[in-house]
Amino acid sequence: MGMTITEKILAKSAGKSRLTPGENVWLNVDVLMTHDVCGPPTIEIWKKEFGSEAKIWDKDKLVIFPDHYIFTENVHANRNVEMLRKFAREQELKNYYDPGTERYKGVCHIALAEEGFNVPGTVLFGTDSHTCTSGAFGMFSTGVGNTDAAFIMGTGKIWEKVPESIKFTFNGKMPEYLTAKDLILHILGDIGTDGATYCAMEFDGEAIESLSMYERMTLTNMAIETGAISGIIAVDKVTEEYLEGKVRGGYEVFRSDSDAKYLKTYSYDVSKLKPVVAQPHSPDKRALAGEVSGTKVTKCYIGSCTGGKITDFRFAARILSGKKVKLPTYIVPGSTSVAKMLTEETYDGATLKEIFLKAGCMIAPPSCAACLGGPSDTFGRSVDGDVVVSTTNRNFPGRMGSKNAGVYLASALTVAATAVKGSLADPAECM
Amino acid sequence: MNNKITGRAYVLGDNIDTDQIIPAEHLVYSTSDPEELKNYGRFALSGVPPVEAGLPEGKKPFIKENGFTSEFSVIIGGSNFGCGSSREHAPLALMVAGVKAVIAESYARIFYRNSVDGGFVIPFETPVKLNNVFKTGDEVEVDFENNTITNLNSKKTYSLNSLGSVYDIVKAGGIFSYARNTGMLAR
Ligand code: SF4
Repeated sequence: MGMTITEKILAKSAGKSRLTPGENVWLNVDVLMTHDVCGPPTIEIWKKEFGSEAKIWDKDKLVIFPDHYIFTENVHANRNVEMLRKFAREQELKNYYDPGTERYKGVCHIALAEEGFNVPGTVLFGTDSHTCTSGAFGMFSTGVGNTDAAFIMGTGKIWEKVPESIKFTFNGKMPEYLTAKDLILHILGDIGTDGATYCAMEFDGEAIESLSMYERMTLTNMAIETGAISGIIAVDKVTEEYLEGKVRGGYEVFRSDSDAKYLKTYSYDVSKLKPVVAQPHSPDKRALAGEVSGTKVTKCYIGSCTGGKITDFRFAARILSGKKVKLPTYIVPGSTSVAKMLTEETYDGATLKEIFLKAGCMIAPPSCAACLGGPSDTFGRSVDGDVVVSTTNRNFPGRMGSKNAGVYLASALTVAATAVKGSLADPAECM
Repeated sequence: MNNKITGRAYVLGDNIDTDQIIPAEHLVYSTSDPEELKNYGRFALSGVPPVEAGLPEGKKPFIKENGFTSEFSVIIGGSNFGCGSSREHAPLALMVAGVKAVIAESYARIFYRNSVDGGFVIPFETPVKLNNVFKTGDEVEVDFENNTITNLNSKKTYSLNSLGSVYDIVKAGGIFSYARNTGMLAR
């Protein structure tokens, strides 16, 4: 019996020749990532358990990206960042990216890719449920709680139950109105928020191969929304090109065997799919954008690790170029390099930033911003009665701020089309 | 660790997310200050909508007014228990309230791990749904040598999935004690 890509990577990390889904194994962790919300409590547990003289198992493998609550007056939030700053100094961490300096990067999951921490064949853990994003690079990545992270910080090891795999194959050619966001929202509508609990979601097929790395990261980012432990896409030419110059030394490429065992397989023809949204208040409440077109909306939001990548802003620019928005439209680049690209890349003779500003959008510096609500002074935060159309990944009550607001999750194309129309819109109709 | 837990059951539905277990607004309390910590017990399961609190009848608060701990020490849920954000405060809040074990058909992975590795509560999985055969207030006995739960009122016994290799971590009381017991970490 063959093995899946996930089983092979975990076997290598566990020092075994083969693994069976369901068994618990101890893994050697290649990278541990944390941020300003979970970093401080993780460090506290680590100090308590390993003592004041504690040593990090491997300083170069701990990566800290403050990103959640950055541009705020909130005392608690600023105290947390200060704690990380002090810790990084004490421990002489080279992979600490301090806000307010040139090293600041923005949202951790995008920064991991940009800074070359996503290495095919390796195992990455993070104190954030969307750590599964890195799986777009043919690696195993997943989220853990603070106790587990503290354990990894001290030992470099963690136990994990080997997951079963579910395969999602996307065939056909992507229509111009369809994005990776539509694909994952489509899956969520089919299998629900516990449809892949504890499983690894594996994506393949001609349509996946046609996607850029950033688009692939949108798919793996939202694997957690189905309860999955991880999402994974095998390395191909697109991956290799992205990684050129980013990853020092070589990396090992794993692929699923043709006779690997899957719990289930799904197959879609993308040419038949239409833009979709997830309605309030669950990521699996799918509707076709066309079906809910005309729904009243009060705010549009383009940002986060799911929908704040350069590809998302290219989508938005295609629709916003030469137009005016009819709704308050908030733009938050996912990282400082995405923010820079907005000032350099052009569409129809104008930079993306010029297009957005001319259209009447508001642009904030990179961070998680209102994706998870955040402190009361957060850019784009929802207030009572808001109906937000957003490129983010979760729409549980209160997620973007007010418990009395609703959030529709959608692609950047759908959000931009909605901003121009003034109510929920199907991008297929304006292209 | 005792091989048996006896206590009264509190029955919940499917998809109990971490916001229902401990709403985000209560995450401000320190987890190391014993006085502040009590508040996690006080607000445990306070996000569960009243009609679904304490099934089958509902409207049975988990914590009595002005209380800090619960009269119920075994939670019986359905599927996807603990979904949503990865906050470790969720199993912590249940422990502070006095919960010893959670029995559910399935768990969201991070909640399950946090429960086991932090040594907060013991999460048992069941082969079939049990939240429709138990009533809130039933006296139960969980036996984790034999992997069973018995309803002491009706004398009926149901099987639980074996904890498997997680058993050793549960028995040790968390991942750090486990690692010390096995020599993985120095004592
Ligand atoms: S952008 Fe949103 S989902 Fe992504 S890491 Fe930040 S808060 Fe989490």
